[in-house]
Amino acid sequence: MADKTLWVATRKGTFRVAKVDGRWQPKLSGHPGVSVNFVARDPNSGRLWALLGHGHWGAKLSISDDDSATWRDNEAQIKFPEGARYLTQDMFEDLDSEHGVGWKLLTKKATVLKLWVIGFGGDGAIHVGTIPGGLFTSRDGGKSFELNLPLWNHESRGGDLFQGDGTGETKWFGTPASEGGEFAPGIHSIVVDPRDPKHLYVAVSTAGVIESLDGGLTWRSRNKGMILDHTPDGEAEWGHDTHFIECCPAAPEHIWQQNHVGVYYSADGAATWRKVSRPEQGVHFGFPVAVDPKDGRRAWLVPGHSDQQRMTIDGGLFVARTDDGGESWQQQRVGLPQQSAYDVVYRHALAAGEGVVAFGSTTGNLYVSEDGGASWQTVGNNLPPIYAVRVG
Amino acid sequence: MAQIDVKLTRHLFAFFPQLEGKALQVEADTVAEVVQALDAMAPGIAHYICDERGRLRPHVNAFIDNEMVRDRRALGDGVQVGQTVHILQSLSGG
Repeated sequence: MADKTLWVATRKGTFRVAKVDGRWQPKLSGHPGVSVNFVARDPNSGRLWALLGHGHWGAKLSISDDDSATWRDNEAQIKFPEGARYLTQDMFEDLDSEHGVGWKLLTKKATVLKLWVIGFGGDGAIHVGTIPGGLFTSRDGGKSFELNLPLWNHESRGGDLFQGDGTGETKWFGTPASEGGEFAPGIHSIVVDPRDPKHLYVAVSTAGVIESLDGGLTWRSRNKGMILDHTPDGEAEWGHDTHFIECCPAAPEHIWQQNHVGVYYSADGAATWRKVSRPEQGVHFGFPVAVDPKDGRRAWLVPGHSDQQRMTIDGGLFVARTDDGGESWQQQRVGLPQQSAYDVVYRHALAAGEGVVAFGSTTGNLYVSEDGGASWQTVGNNLPPIYAVRVG
Repeated sequence: MAQIDVKLTRHLFAFFPQLEGKALQVEADTVAEVVQALDAMAPGIAHYICDERGRLRPHVNAFIDNEMVRDRRALGDGVQVGQTVHILQSLSGG
């Protein structure tokens, strides 16, 4: 089909990738020189949304209504309301400590450190996830965005800090993925149930998976079956470093998760998770996961070596695919470099849809498969560092 | 209020081309009022210069003539007739 399009967010702009004369060709199509964290099309309106991180000028929502010919700042930008505060751990210089530093819990005034992900509901809602961990929703097509207060004020992160000091305890830890590297929790995954737009999941680095059944009025953890390896209580409710979650659009109870400590699969809408890592097959650590749009048991990953070695295994790049809910995995290497390749693929930079699987790496390599990953075509080797790839 | 000259880094003209090449003058008694007046001329520019709490963004600098502003949190530094407020990007990165 000639109309398939990939949208690629990079450290230096937005790229549109489409087939020209039978070859996939990337074209710089917006925001030259600007860091773009995510770009996606709203299926309800057809509008393109890009989440920008200007180094100096802050995070901005950018929109295009003409398929990326022109872009403009969205009139409503994402802003934390007056009085929004959050608890966070911060390192400080402690000359009395043997190590010279200590950690303390701080209450900070919230300001947007990063726009990380955007998701769209069947009811026209637009959801944006940020660092620090805010979920902002627009129900008027993007004319205004509101912070989801039940999630912001959730007991797991210390309660309502608008009214006072809350409980003084948070079970949400941080990520250094914000623009300036400031350590704070962030929402990087938004899943809207295609059957019911009030059924939402978000995933947080570092807290885990959180679900709402009532359009965001109440939220509960969905981390059962996940095992932590960086806290004394491996079965704790919170503290999970989910890297990304995605559901199968045709069978949304099938949800996949690439986690810091392995790959998890749920066949019951995240009520329970099952670890499906196969380290002996190279399937364990990584950031992204993509789920087949029709078959919830089929998913793709781009594995890395490990937490300690965030790079390919033995210098060969491969995609791992399962067709049976993670019981078995196949390594897909045809068309991908197998020598001296050390690519890292970020959480949003692998996508499956419309008969295409595509991924891009922080070393600026972009690959597409039109046969479910059996073989790969190189789209570009000299693109800027790639942050996100979306189909549509 | 005092008539204040404003000079912006050319980087901002990429986002607000309507300001390029203009001799910018605003009525203001504080740097915060300078930013507000700029936002009236070019809606959205205040959010480029300051965060949603009104604090100067970490990698943005503001000067009154040759002196860096002292109050980065509320931009309360006073300005007087004949002074020029400069808004510039800090050099960060390479």
